[in-house]
Amino acid sequence: MTEVGMALPEKVFYIDRALLKAYAGASGDENPIHQNEEFALSVGLPNVISHGMLTMALAGKYVTEWAGGSANVREFSARFIKPVIVPAGEKVDLTVVATVTEVDGNTVKLDITATSAGVKVLGMAKAVVVK
Amino acid sequence: MINPDSVGRTFPGAGSVTVSQSEIDAFAAVIGETNTSVAPPTFSIRISLSQYESILTQPEIGVDWTRLVHGDQKFEIFRPIVAGDVFTCSATIETLRVAAGNEIISVRSDLHNGAELVVTSWSTLVVRG
Repeated sequence: MTEVGMALPEKVFYIDRALLKAYAGASGDENPIHQNEEFALSVGLPNVISHGMLTMALAGKYVTEWAGGSANVREFSARFIKPVIVPAGEKVDLTVVATVTEVDGNTVKLDITATSAGVKVLGMAKAVVVK
Repeated sequence: MINPDSVGRTFPGAGSVTVSQSEIDAFAAVIGETNTSVAPPTFSIRISLSQYESILTQPEIGVDWTRLVHGDQKFEIFRPIVAGDVFTCSATIETLRVAAGNEIISVRSDLHNGAELVVTSWSTLVVRG
């Protein structure tokens, strides 16, 4: 039974440089700040950072898993409030949880929280799914 | 500087984009999605972002793509994208404001398969000053 206030189980994704390269190819976003450390530092970033849209895509995977598939997602939104920093040779976490905020028939609204290294990286992350 | 006269206008994308199964498979593989009968919910950014780049960097609009940061993103998905969809993609510049020396534009992307609106998405793009 899906009820308002229900917390969904936490899931941890791992992001490394290889995943950034794979996402760059799959999304067409080849911005060097997501792959080239020297370039990232030259534009004032602390290190290579994840594509915000990769973070969102992984949060989307979390939502679709709970909703029973990609076809069940109707709305999905997020703000990119902090970068996910991905140092060379490391796997950094993306930890995702969600809470049910509204239930109307089979339509469910979720508030999603995504953190990396304890820092909240998505703001106002919400989804509407049909379940 | 972004041309303020472009606010409120809709710009058509160049040509159409056909979605292939291999593109859906590659996108799904990155996020660990094994069911690729439909595209993951954020897949359409692949189409919208490349259309934005070609549309918004035209001299009459004037976005400097090299100084761009993605601020937020919203998708409204009327039906899931599947292989074989043929999309036209328009970009509508909804708002433009300047804050702390940055230009912030809100752009809407409408993906149509023929007459059918499949996905509308909104992106806030920040051009760092």
